[in-house]
Amino acid sequence: MTDIRARSSEAAEEMISITVDGTPIKAHPGELIIAAAEREGVFVPRFCYHPRMEPVGMCRMCLVEVSGPRGFSLQPACFLKVADGLEVLTNSDKARKAQEGVLEFLLVNHPLDCPVCDKGGECPLQDQALSHGPGESRFVEEKRHWAKPIEIGHFVELDRERCIQCARCTRFADEIAGDAEIDMSARGDLIEISPFPTKPFNSYFSGNTIQICPVGALTAAPYRFKARPWDLEQVESTCTTCSVGCRHVAQSSAGKLVRFLGIDSDPVNQSWLCDKGRFSFETLYGEHRVTQPMLRKGDALVEVRWHEALAAATTALRDAQAADAASIAVVGGARFSNEDAYAWAKLAKSVLGTDSVDAQLGDGLPAETVLGLPRATIDEACSARVVILLGPDLREELPVLFLRLRAAALANATKLVEISPVETSLSSLAEVRLSYVPGESRLLAEGLVGDSEQAEAEGDALEDLRRARALIGDGSDVVVVLGRPSLAESGETIASSAAALHAGLPGARFLSALRRANVHGALDMGLAPGVAPGRVALASASEELTREWGELPLSAGRDATHILQSAAAGDIAVLVLLGADPLSDFPDRSLAKAALERVPFVLSLATNLDASSSGATVVLPVTADGERSGTTTNLEGRVSRLAAKVATPGVVWAPWIVATEIGARLGAPLGAATLESLTDEISRVAPAYAGVDAALLGDADRRDGVVVPFDKSLVASLPRPIDPIATPGITSVFEQGAPIRVGTGEPVGGQSQEFEVPNATPATALVMSSAVVVAPRLDAYSQRLVLGRSLYDEGTLVETSPSMQGLASSPTLRVHPSELAKLGVTSGDKVRVRSASGSVEIATTADESIDRHVVASRFTQDVAGECDLAALIEASLLATDVRLETI
Amino acid sequence: MAHLSEENLVRARRLAEIYPKSRSALIPLCHLAQAQDGYLSEEAMEDIAELCGVSPAEVYGTASFYDMLHTEPVGRYVVAVCTNIACMLNGAYEVLEHAESSLGIGVGQTTDDGLFTIEDAECLAGCDLAPCVQVNHRFFGPLDAAGFDGLVADLRSGALADIVPAHGVLSRVDRSNGLEVDPVGDVAR
Amino acid sequence: MITNAAPIVTRRLGYDDSHTRERYLATGGYDGLRKALTLQPEQVAEEVNKASLLGRGGAGFPAGRKWSMLRKASIAYLVVNGDESEPATFKDHLLVERDPHQIIEGTIIAAYAIGATKAFIFCRGEFALGFERLIQACNEAYEHGALGPRIFDSEFSLDLVIHPGAGAYICGEETALIESLEGKRGFPRIKPPSFPAVMGLYGEPTVVNNIETVSNLPWIVENGGEAFAALGEGSSTGTRLFALSGRVNRPGWYELEMSKTTFRDLIFDPSLGGGVRGGGDVKAFIPGGVSAPWFGPDQLDLGLDQDAVGKAGSMLGSGSIVVMDDTTCVVRAAWRITRFFRRESCGQCTPCREGSGWLEKILQRIEQGYGREEDLDLLMDVCDNISPGVSWPPQQTTICVLGPSIPSSIASGIRMFRDEFLAHITGGGCPMGSH
Ligand SMILES: Cc1cc2nc3c(=O)[nH]c(=O)nc-3n(C[C@H](O)[C@H](O)[C@H](O)COP(=O)(O)O)c2cc1C
Ligand code: SF4
Ligand code: FES
Repeated sequence: MTDIRARSSEAAEEMISITVDGTPIKAHPGELIIAAAEREGVFVPRFCYHPRMEPVGMCRMCLVEVSGPRGFSLQPACFLKVADGLEVLTNSDKARKAQEGVLEFLLVNHPLDCPVCDKGGECPLQDQALSHGPGESRFVEEKRHWAKPIEIGHFVELDRERCIQCARCTRFADEIAGDAEIDMSARGDLIEISPFPTKPFNSYFSGNTIQICPVGALTAAPYRFKARPWDLEQVESTCTTCSVGCRHVAQSSAGKLVRFLGIDSDPVNQSWLCDKGRFSFETLYGEHRVTQPMLRKGDALVEVRWHEALAAATTALRDAQAADAASIAVVGGARFSNEDAYAWAKLAKSVLGTDSVDAQLGDGLPAETVLGLPRATIDEACSARVVILLGPDLREELPVLFLRLRAAALANATKLVEISPVETSLSSLAEVRLSYVPGESRLLAEGLVGDSEQAEAEGDALEDLRRARALIGDGSDVVVVLGRPSLAESGETIASSAAALHAGLPGARFLSALRRANVHGALDMGLAPGVAPGRVALASASEELTREWGELPLSAGRDATHILQSAAAGDIAVLVLLGADPLSDFPDRSLAKAALERVPFVLSLATNLDASSSGATVVLPVTADGERSGTTTNLEGRVSRLAAKVATPGVVWAPWIVATEIGARLGAPLGAATLESLTDEISRVAPAYAGVDAALLGDADRRDGVVVPFDKSLVASLPRPIDPIATPGITSVFEQGAPIRVGTGEPVGGQSQEFEVPNATPATALVMSSAVVVAPRLDAYSQRLVLGRSLYDEGTLVETSPSMQGLASSPTLRVHPSELAKLGVTSGDKVRVRSASGSVEIATTADESIDRHVVASRFTQDVAGECDLAALIEASLLATDVRLETI
Repeated sequence: MAHLSEENLVRARRLAEIYPKSRSALIPLCHLAQAQDGYLSEEAMEDIAELCGVSPAEVYGTASFYDMLHTEPVGRYVVAVCTNIACMLNGAYEVLEHAESSLGIGVGQTTDDGLFTIEDAECLAGCDLAPCVQVNHRFFGPLDAAGFDGLVADLRSGALADIVPAHGVLSRVDRSNGLEVDPVGDVAR
Repeated sequence: MITNAAPIVTRRLGYDDSHTRERYLATGGYDGLRKALTLQPEQVAEEVNKASLLGRGGAGFPAGRKWSMLRKASIAYLVVNGDESEPATFKDHLLVERDPHQIIEGTIIAAYAIGATKAFIFCRGEFALGFERLIQACNEAYEHGALGPRIFDSEFSLDLVIHPGAGAYICGEETALIESLEGKRGFPRIKPPSFPAVMGLYGEPTVVNNIETVSNLPWIVENGGEAFAALGEGSSTGTRLFALSGRVNRPGWYELEMSKTTFRDLIFDPSLGGGVRGGGDVKAFIPGGVSAPWFGPDQLDLGLDQDAVGKAGSMLGSGSIVVMDDTTCVVRAAWRITRFFRRESCGQCTPCREGSGWLEKILQRIEQGYGREEDLDLLMDVCDNISPGVSWPPQQTTICVLGPSIPSSIASGIRMFRDEFLAHITGGGCPMGSH
């Protein structure tokens, strides 16, 4: 957590003085008049201005009188910066007449269809027409007409009659998202917002344009006519689509979630959401939603009552435990809340007595690596001298982190050094990109930070390496963004590279880029072998923990890969799946299949019936995002609150309640009766979470969450007030009577309290392996496979959300043209790809940017499909070597 | 890149090079594509986007700002009748009405034979020729109804082929020099 | 056609082949540049200062002063504005088609004086023939050694790009022109901070000069700034190319010594405008392009002088004079001019984008006989919301001055011809009959 309050008081000394409407105020040098005035409570009307984008001063709504060498003149407050001694009149006769004039002009061509407009009731144009307009329009002529609405993208519909040409959407698309897929076209009063005629506006971030449109010109296809603002209720919560943990408001109407809007949380998402997160609530209402417990009877899963399902589960667990506690394994939990994950870690390790627990699915990094490295926040990464990227294509996996780093790189706030086997969405912004053959990243890492350059580098690669070394220097103020560049190379090779970077750059800090929403929280809660809650080794668990948990497993457990290997070998009696679908998500598809076929009893806690749960013995329905409360921890270790907005369908339970019930049936009550008591228990037993209890998190000033370990000596920045014109839908609902309830409990008071927090020093940090892990050399006839995830895939979320269905592109194999030529095939032709474990046929795409030693595609979850690239991966190998054959 | 002809691609690359930043060539390239096809096709705009390092939507958005760039096919002869003040005072609207009735089309429309498109133009800087008309941006005037008919007849017969090239052609002369001076510290591309 | 002084920018136009290299060289072409290259750049600038050459693009700002405001930097650009689209203005059209080498020579001299590292001539796209001739002349200038590295064996090098516009009046505005030259939509930039001299093309310091402005430079260098300043009167020095159009017998261009001729002479002298077409009276005239407020017969005896016209409440602007006679319906004239601004507004600023269309609709309604008495006040108040005070020189609620140009014809028209506006309203249409 950065010390923003402290910083701003330091800056106070350099502040300059201006007067606004006769009142002297202080302003930051370089600040816009509109922002300085607003801070002092003087609201200047505006449309084109958005606090998160460069001002353009186009709409002229913010005209105010400003003093100058030739007297006062009308100037746009959103564009002009303050200067010492400047006098500003926002409310003079002349300023008011100009503002009223602009509003009247805006209404000249704006239709009066507010009653049938989604924006009606939360519309900045409506609102400012009342507050700053002339009261009535003198325009009696015919307005401009266009066909309405037109679909300009997958999620976005455009009503050109309502557009006021503020260019917020086009500026967002270009400036913030980097997808200039829409632009203004034509001129003057014929201006419209247009995608290219043959290319729809399908940016991953398109929904933000809807959120910031100050009129009803852009509407969301999934929301159109679903609700009126005054019927909406809302809570503030955290998006759990990925581990960035964007703050959002969840809005419901008639008991159903209808809309998520991004909150301007300064340290996290700065008001943006990706489309997958924005429209993810649809999955609650998909046809595969599980709403009743199910028990396998013969070939079929049959709906049963909870007690019957729980009885079957408890019996199986008790029997397995009696035989050998190590024959019980628990996989998943990375999509659960911290409280859910904690309860399950406690149940597994202290009640069931197994340490074979893993929140990850072989697609992450070893827990010691994630938990043991020094950490950085998103803000710290965005202002670091150098950011080393060693991970996935962030745009595909952690979209809003991509936006933040993109903005930082464009603003020259940081410099990017990318280490990747193929180009990513940030490559073009990187100062240097270092390419490696999958499995060999450790060699590159050593070359980057070692005393000597990588022995084999030569030519351009050596040049690039030298540039990168020079940039990184002694490693001070360096942040490494660390994740899995490809699912077709082992996480151990990446962990090994991270160890080398850590050893070589002791000052560098790490920002984890693992994707699943609460994977970091789940690991923090102990859902990994050998790990206790609070980022400590099980072996060095605190007294506090042993007091709460009692006996701990003696033998070290297995991670997901070893669990599945044991399962395939017949050594697992009960496999518990905590909202996990290894059949779809575990990189080695054959291993996952073999394991799940072999395990006699699979207990699945699921929101949707996915590939793995369809084959389970017992399926227990659990809460989804929007239905649950609790806390979640994002990739930077920020703990923030989840809020339930809608009631659960059927007889769906929260996972922690399931754990408690099972514990009770096994004769070992977990001891927590409420969610809050779990949150508090975590703050007691998990060293990294010391002091972060329900009361602290419930404080209104902590709405942006708390980065753990919590350092009470730092003063948190206050959450930004919600801006009615920047994010219209939130405040209007608030003003109409539905408070922005924060987090789990009842509305909390606005006063900051003093908290007594014990100083958090982790007992024993986890020790990561320093072994050199490098894949064997590639032979001359093979190429190495790179499989990265794409935002839209065949996963449950996309498949069960009606408006996202079908957005996954059909995968192609990207190959360097010369390699295609060698094979005698042309781009678009199909080839057969053969690896040690399988073969698939896939269409090719020639791609100059791909290294000749590499072929690349996206990871598919198409379990039964024809083109399942995961069939090529073998978990026991460090990299996936393939050969291409003509068909 | 596929749409621009081999020859025009060479021209296009040179154009993109004579500016300190290639995006500056966007409008010249639109003219080039229009000279090739008579209008600015989607395929051409995609080529231009690549040459200028912008998105196709930006090429479309930019091109559509300008009256001379047509993103839909137009007639072989685009007849622009100026109706601005100096021409209006000398009978321009009468000429425009005559143009519409004699060609049987309205402003913005193209005759069925694909020969003529009529435009109601703003001042063309030919006020000494008022009322003045441009055909593919070559000047004619002063014109009355009879003069207009004569112009149309000459266009149909090909008598004006030397003066009025195909729609979209601005200059029939190519730039013969690349840029040779390399000013110190010129803006990076 | 020329009365009181020898022509400067049109001195070659008596020849049919004035646009060719041969004719240009045979008539002293590039002598000014050769002489300039023997001087220091500051000396050239000093001659232009002495000439007190006013910009010919519309704003009338002294060229020498503009050059001296250029931010010092290692890169500087010169952009010559040949977008000429102000209605009734056709002088640059003439110069582009008939004397392209003179523009190029002037451009090189200006570039030398300001230390430009690259120059651009932005030629209105609709001047297809002129554009072609500029390209040809540019090729020839390179061949002749007047462009490229080490011009005429001096230390000075320059590249020139002839850039075509594509049809948008607003691109004549210097910052819109720069945007357009950067390959973008022609949206004017906000000044401050985007004064071209500080952050112009690609953010670098840039001088924008009109085509006629630079066409004067070869003569000024050859003959000295003082010789230029000796012509004209007061701050209006030299000769200027005036474009006369509308209801006159001899519409056309006339290069006249500044200040010395009156509007009356220009319109009525048999060697100039030759009187009102059809023999009627001058009802009103526009003294400097349609952005300028109208004048009535009372102002006919004003000289063609920048300050005099400014003091009388209008501007000499682009030097184009449009004559309206007693057959002219002023409502229709105001409507047509307003329609022009509506069609040419770039569309950024709400008052300009929406106000222009609204005004056009009201004027059209009045003209067609559906006006209401309150419409005149409404017209004035809408104008006031675009240009507070509707005064001259105008104030603005917009980014560029296209916005506040819209009220010019409406406000001056209503002021001078209120009765004719009212007659349309009370009489249900134009008293002069339908159009
Ligand atoms: C709406 C508008 C249109 C303009 N059109 C032109 C034009 O077509 N040609 C021109 O030279 N200047 C035009 N100007 C003036 C230019 O902005 C600029 O002042 C001029 O090119 C500077 O050259 P000068 O100093 O040599 O006159 C226009 C200005 C405005 C506001
Ligand atoms: S005043 Fe009109 S033309 Fe000028 S920038 Fe504003 S909208 Fe564009
Ligand atoms: S001009 Fe300032 S908000 Fe639009």
